[in-house]
Amino acid sequence: MPNSTDVSNAIQQVLPDAEVIVEDLNGTGDHLQVSVISNAFKGLSRIRQHQLVYQALNKELANEEIHALALTTSTP
Amino acid sequence: MEPKTTKRIESLINASPIIVFMKGTKLMPQCGFSNNVVQILNALGINFETFDVLSDEEIRQGIKEYSSWPTIPQVYVKGEFIGGSDILIEMYNTGELKEKLEIALAS
Repeated sequence: MPNSTDVSNAIQQVLPDAEVIVEDLNGTGDHLQVSVISNAFKGLSRIRQHQLVYQALNKELANEEIHALALTTSTP
Repeated sequence: MEPKTTKRIESLINASPIIVFMKGTKLMPQCGFSNNVVQILNALGINFETFDVLSDEEIRQGIKEYSSWPTIPQVYVKGEFIGGSDILIEMYNTGELKEKLEIALAS
């Protein structure tokens, strides 16, 4: 199971300036609440913002290491 | 994804003004995120169709590729993908969702 550092590192690979807050919702590491703040989101639709984060976590989502991901994105 | 799956998805998306690809059904959602979307649309008193991806693995994987969005549920309004649970909640809270749906259903 990815721990919160793995998750923020994976996101920062795609969004180097991102501030990432990861909350493990039920202690098993696969139900996460993640919020990402990055300048890269400026001018992007919510869908595009979320897609950027999903791309960064594509592997963990595909193999269901992350089963549930509640995501919020915003610009600083 | 096989062309026949893409065609199936497109016909589902265009068959109704609002369709939710979800886990379970309106009355028996099988996942919290899918349930969020059903509750939001019910709260707005909006009529919508659903498709239970748990009943069809081809659609379950195909829809993720179709919208390049890796999670379920997925909400489509007049053929346009508008988001999953998180975005629906955000749009609902800002009032954007009610407006978008009213415009879509009026046209």
